[in-house]
Amino acid sequence: MTLPQIPDPRKPANDAGRPAINGDDGTPGFGVYLHWPFCAAKCPYCDFNSHVRHGGVDQSAYAAAFQREIAHMRALSGPREVTSIFIGGGTPSLMDPETVAAVLDAVAGAWHVPEGIEITMEANPSSVEASRFRGYRAAGVNRVSMGVQALNDKDLKFLGRLHSVTEALTAIDLAREIFPRMSFDLIYARPDQKPDHWAKELEQAIALAADHLSLYQLTIEEGTPFFGLRQAGKLHVPDGEHSAELYELTQDVTAQYGLPAYEISNHARPGAESRHNLTYWRYGDYAGIGPGAHGRLKTGNLKLATATERRPEGWLEMVGTSGHGIAETEELDAVTQSDEMLLMGLRLTEGIDLDRWKKLSGRDLDADQVDFLTSLNLIERIGRNRLRCTPQGMLVLDAVVADLAF
Amino acid sequence: MTDTPLSHIRNFSIVAHIDHGKSTLADRLIQSTGSIEQREMKEQILDSMDIERERGITIKAQTVRLEYDAEDGQHYVLNLIDTPGHVDFAYEVSRSLSACEGSLLVVDASQGVEAQTLANVYQAIDNNHEIVTVLNKVDLPAADSERVKEQIEEVIGLDASDAIPISAKTGVGVPDVLEAIVKRLPAPKTGDPNAPLKALLVDSWYDAYLGVIVLVRIIDGKLRKGQQIRMMGTDARYPVDRVGVITPKMVMVPDLGPGEIGFITASIKEVADTRVGDTITDDKKPTAEALPGFKPAQPVVFCGIFPIDAADFEDLRSAVGKLRLNDASFSFEMETSAALGFGFRCGFLGLLHLEIIQERLEREFNLDLIATAPSVVYHMTMTNGDQLDLHNPADMPDVVKIAAIEEPWIKATIMTPDDYLGAILKLCQERRGLQIDLSYVGSRAMVTYELPLNEVVFDFYDRLKSISKGYASFDYHIIGNREGDLVKMSILVNEEPVDALSMLVHRSAAEKRGRAMCEKLKELIPRHMFKIPVQAAIGGRVIARETIAALRKDVTAKCYGGDASRKRKLLDKQKAGKKRMRQFGKVEIPQEAFIEALKIGE
Repeated sequence: MTLPQIPDPRKPANDAGRPAINGDDGTPGFGVYLHWPFCAAKCPYCDFNSHVRHGGVDQSAYAAAFQREIAHMRALSGPREVTSIFIGGGTPSLMDPETVAAVLDAVAGAWHVPEGIEITMEANPSSVEASRFRGYRAAGVNRVSMGVQALNDKDLKFLGRLHSVTEALTAIDLAREIFPRMSFDLIYARPDQKPDHWAKELEQAIALAADHLSLYQLTIEEGTPFFGLRQAGKLHVPDGEHSAELYELTQDVTAQYGLPAYEISNHARPGAESRHNLTYWRYGDYAGIGPGAHGRLKTGNLKLATATERRPEGWLEMVGTSGHGIAETEELDAVTQSDEMLLMGLRLTEGIDLDRWKKLSGRDLDADQVDFLTSLNLIERIGRNRLRCTPQGMLVLDAVVADLAF
Repeated sequence: MTDTPLSHIRNFSIVAHIDHGKSTLADRLIQSTGSIEQREMKEQILDSMDIERERGITIKAQTVRLEYDAEDGQHYVLNLIDTPGHVDFAYEVSRSLSACEGSLLVVDASQGVEAQTLANVYQAIDNNHEIVTVLNKVDLPAADSERVKEQIEEVIGLDASDAIPISAKTGVGVPDVLEAIVKRLPAPKTGDPNAPLKALLVDSWYDAYLGVIVLVRIIDGKLRKGQQIRMMGTDARYPVDRVGVITPKMVMVPDLGPGEIGFITASIKEVADTRVGDTITDDKKPTAEALPGFKPAQPVVFCGIFPIDAADFEDLRSAVGKLRLNDASFSFEMETSAALGFGFRCGFLGLLHLEIIQERLEREFNLDLIATAPSVVYHMTMTNGDQLDLHNPADMPDVVKIAAIEEPWIKATIMTPDDYLGAILKLCQERRGLQIDLSYVGSRAMVTYELPLNEVVFDFYDRLKSISKGYASFDYHIIGNREGDLVKMSILVNEEPVDALSMLVHRSAAEKRGRAMCEKLKELIPRHMFKIPVQAAIGGRVIARETIAALRKDVTAKCYGGDASRKRKLLDKQKAGKKRMRQFGKVEIPQEAFIEALKIGE
């Protein structure tokens, strides 16, 4: 088969004169996550904490609340050096650039934020939102992650997206021009999606990509409109063999073009992995700020899991009265922490550091279980102290983790 | 003695098919003799267990003493023994019947004679009973008294010309029944009040306040408080604490004399110490000869009973112990299963008995249980001449050491509307049945088959009910052991045998049953990360095989940023699920899979 002519994705399209973004130092790190919970419309597959407010949102009130909650998280975490900032949602590209600037300034005022760390913002590739890209860049954002989701209009409509393919292509061009780093998401394993169609779409995406792609299989989550449709027998998504085939195809094609998976659903040119996501998967610490955000903060010997109030107005009120919107805190014990480290860490191609896991859990992984899973070619050791899933193991990761964690 | 001359005592029982109105008639008799105040009246007074009332069956024999002023101006004492109607309790029925001189045969005037009616009425006839035929439910539109009378004469061979038409529900005809008891049933045969005590142990049960209560029928002599008695079968001796009659309230009397039926208590700790059919005598002045017909209860159907939650084992132990206090015919011993954990191998008089015990354990003791497929007792003759009774297929000895295997056979009577006859004959043939007899009474067919009991314990009754839409009735008794070409079928999951699923089957049925079990397990065992063969095997030979494909994909595509908690909750759920799994080598089988696999007949 002859491959279509595509640009070499290993060369970021536009890096001349841009300030370099710091590389990955291999540590778990400390990230700051900011959640903007509003969307213009709710997508039928999405079960994230997002809300539609047709009456508009008082952005200055939210900016002020973010500032207060940042101060509170700083008090919980103590002084830390930030390795990445991520503004997620919801749809953060509905924020005014001034709001983004205000919260980024607040983060820099609370913790030590070194020059050149990765500062990512999620964006929708509609023309209105793309018009704000320069403002975000000026506010300090140096990486954008766009929810493109599909490269044909029919599927975009099915997925409930408000943008067209043409708009997406324009937004991608603009993002490549404005931001030093750029990534976008696609959702695959759509109903009736044929492997060869997906392979073509994927090659097209790789041609458009810079150095990072997130490729998620469509998952039907409880409580979403898609869930209802499937229950009613009106939606059939690929499962079992078919979805496994699509997954394997995705791994092959991306690797072939130099964007191998570094996590179950994330692909990057080596060295261009998302620093922020690596912090989650390496089970580092992160402050979760804004409505419905999750955090993991080390305080003394404990690891504190925080979750804020999900409803934006409720969160706003809580911050107003008590300086933070934390609705749940849980002190994680050794077993829980080691479970979480396994869960997150084995999603990474680099696997987990066994010495660190042992220190956390106080025990070794069950040797028989490790041997058995190794004999099935689902996991493998790298060097003396790392363990990772094989490509086959990645496909059944949830079962592998359940066996190892028991 | 209660001062009633023998000539004014009538001891009788009621035989009927289930639902033909036996307990309702008993209620009416109690009511119309004023034995119980109206306000105390509740339905099925004699059925004291919840299960009995709900299912409309009598499990324990009960008795009531009715005081009746007859039309002849005389006062009579009528002792009614309400017997269990089901074949599982055939021995108990025969002992109850032997305590009486007559029976009321109750037949539903719309349904006619059923298989169970036959079995019970023949027992009554065997006990030389006078029989008064009663046609119940004559007020129903579907009643056809003439046809049913004809049927009684043809099938049973009883003269039905003087059958009494009644409605136990409305009370119509009940006074005629009372008169017939006095006029047509005989008084007890003359007993000697001065002879050494000879009394029949009719039944016994455990009462939380009084201890074991023993129901007795006096043949000769007298039974009084303070007397030292001896059970001739078990040679146990007790001083009598209380003597009384049941009206149905317990009323103390000074003594009981020949012909009378009453109860005693005697500091007996367990029902197991009192054997139905045993002869009670005076320890110091014993009777020369015990009553005939005594035999200890013999369980014929066995199954393993395990708690679903292993933590409930001790509760189960205490529950089976308590049930055994009140039901000596139920046996149990501890059993360990790799599949199901710790439990008990239990023996029962039959399938209904099994069901009742299981239900009582679950209901009265609030236990969640799993029962293995019922099995019968196989008699093995070993090559070295040893004889062995096998209660559990998992304990089957090495086949090369077995010379012959015998299995119990039954004689079954099935009565059915002829529309369903074809399907029923086919069912019996499939179950290795031998047809003995087939006859018609009107549009109802009566067919007699000899069948291996092990084919009957495996969902036969449910199948019969379903193919006849509930119209066929069925009754059986054991006729003895016969040699059979029986093999032990093992089920192997990933090459590991699963003890709880092994069974003894006839060679001709093995492949079909093996295939069905493998197919079922294929659906029930979740996919693993590797292929799992599921096999049915006889010895080393695989007769059926299915393969559970390896898990192809099981991974969460996207995790919401930092929400590790959500994934962890999923993991905790997986871990909790694993706790409910049973490990067979590398394969984890959910407990639910066993429960489903053991559900017979699906």
